[in-house]
Amino acid sequence: MSRDITKSEAQNAGVEHPRRKFLKQSTALAAITLLPQTLVKAADKDLDQFAGKLEQAPLQVEINGKQYDLSVEPRTTVLDLLREDLHLTGTKKGCDWGQCGACTIHINGKRVLACMSLAIMQQGKKITTIEGLSTGDQLHPMQQAFVQHDGFQCGYCTPGQIMSAVACIREGHANSKDEIREYMSGNICRCGAYNNITDAIDEVKKGGKSL
Amino acid sequence: MINFNYKKAANVKDAVALVSKDNSSMFIAGGTNLVDLMKRGISSPQNLIGIDQLPLNNIERTASGNIRIGAMALNSDVAENELIRSQLPLLSMALNAGASPQIRNMATTGGNMMQRTRCSYFYDISMPCNKRNPGSGCAAMNGYNRMHAIFGASDNCIAVHPSDMCVALVALDASVHITGNKKDRNVAFKDFHRLPGNTAQKDNVLENGELITAVEIPVNRFNKHYHYSKVRDRSSFAFALVSVAAALDMDGNNIKNARLAMGGVAHKPWRLFAAEEFLKGKKADEANFKQAAAIAMKDAKSYGHNEFKLRMAPQAIVNTLNIAANKS
Repeated sequence: MSRDITKSEAQNAGVEHPRRKFLKQSTALAAITLLPQTLVKAADKDLDQFAGKLEQAPLQVEINGKQYDLSVEPRTTVLDLLREDLHLTGTKKGCDWGQCGACTIHINGKRVLACMSLAIMQQGKKITTIEGLSTGDQLHPMQQAFVQHDGFQCGYCTPGQIMSAVACIREGHANSKDEIREYMSGNICRCGAYNNITDAIDEVKKGGKSL
Repeated sequence: MINFNYKKAANVKDAVALVSKDNSSMFIAGGTNLVDLMKRGISSPQNLIGIDQLPLNNIERTASGNIRIGAMALNSDVAENELIRSQLPLLSMALNAGASPQIRNMATTGGNMMQRTRCSYFYDISMPCNKRNPGSGCAAMNGYNRMHAIFGASDNCIAVHPSDMCVALVALDASVHITGNKKDRNVAFKDFHRLPGNTAQKDNVLENGELITAVEIPVNRFNKHYHYSKVRDRSSFAFALVSVAAALDMDGNNIKNARLAMGGVAHKPWRLFAAEEFLKGKKADEANFKQAAAIAMKDAKSYGHNEFKLRMAPQAIVNTLNIAANKS
C-alpha cells in the first residue's frame, strides 16, 4: 500500500498530469485561433529572439534618480510609460507626434521628445522629467524664473518649455534673445507667452548659475 | 499603433541579416519619422530592429582627407562638430535649419536621409496616394498643393523630400556607404534619392535589408563662401517652401567653382548643375546670379497652389548667392 502511494506521488511530481496538459494545450490553441493572422504568422518564426507582440518585454531604466525594473509592450512610447504606467504626469501630451514640444524630457542629458521615443529602446538610460528637476521643495532656478516672469498662461506647455530651457542653456545656445528664440522653437506656446519665456531664460543664463 | 516585435541588433551584420529576411522588418534609429508614421498607420512593420546603439556615429577624416560621417551620428552632434563647422560649414548650417533642437538630438544622419515626404495627402490615410498606396492616385495633384514640387514630378506624385541636411550633402558631392546582405556599395548622393516616375512608393535606391553605414564628403574649398537659406511659413521649426544651398570657391571676385542645390522643390534634393556650370569663371555679381537663377528655373512647373514658388525660388537663389559671395 505504502509503495503504491509513493509511486503515485512520484508520478504527480515528475510527470505532468495528462488532463492538465490537455487543458493547457487546448486553451493555447483556442487563443491562437482567435488572434489576427498577422500575429500568428509573426509568432511562429523567431519569437524566442524578439521582444514579442504577444508578451511584454523587460526594461530597466533610471527615472529621476530612481531605478525602475519594468515590463513594457514594444509599442509603448516613453510619454505613455511616464504618464499612464508610472503616473509621472508632469510631462504633457500635446500633439503626440513631434510638433509641439510639450513632452520634452532629458534622456542621458539630452533634450528629446518623449512622444517619439519608444520605451523599449531606453534600456539602461537615464531619464529626467520635470518632476526630477528640482531637489526637495526647492524650485529649480528655471522654474523660479518662469514664475517671476510669468512665463505661461494656461501652463500646459510649461514643463516642456522648462526642460527645453534648461537644456538650451546647458548646450550654450542662450547667448542672446534671438538665439534663445531659435533654440526654443521646438516648444510651442498657444497662449503666446514667448516674450516672458525668453526673459526668464535670459535671466537664468545671465545669473550664471550652473544648471 | 499596431504592435510589433522589437530586437536590438548585435552588430551591423546582424541588423542587415534580420531585416533582409522579410519585407515586414524595418530598421529603427532615432524614430523621429518612423514612430509617427506607425502611429498614423502609414507604416506597420511586424519587426523593428534597433540600430541606434550600433557603433556608426564617428565623424572623422579618412586617409584621403575626406570627411566621413557615421550613419548613426546625431543631427545635433554633426551640426556642432568642430571638423564639420570648420570644413563643411554649409552642412552645419543646413542641419541647424532643420526641425527643432529636440528632434536634432534624436535624428540620425542615415535616418534624415530615409525620412519620408510630409505631403499631407501621404499622411491622410483616407486620401488616395501613390506613395502610400501604389495605384490609388495622387490627391495632391488637384488638391491643396502649395508645399509641393516644381521640378521632376510625375503624374503619379508631386511630393517633395523634406530634408535640409540632404540639400547640403548633395551640393557637396557626398557619397553614401551602403552595406547589404550580399555586398557593400557606394552611391553618389545625387543618385541616392529618386524621382517619383511611376513608382512613387520608392523614395530612394536602397533595397530591403540594405543599411546606410556612413556618408563621405570629399575635400573641398567651399568653407568660406557658403550659405543655406530656408524660406518657410514661420522663422523656425517648419518645413521649407523653398531652400537653397550655395557654396562658391572664389578668387577675388571671380567664381572658380560653384555649388547650388535646392530643397522643398522636388522628390529629391535638387542639384542645379546647369546653373553651377554657368557661374564657373564668371564674376560674382547680381546680373550673373540672376542669369544662373533663370537657368536653374528652366524646367520648373507649378501645379496651382504652388505657383508662388516659381517666383520665390529664383529670388531665393539670387539672395543666397549674394550672401555666400559676400561672406568674409
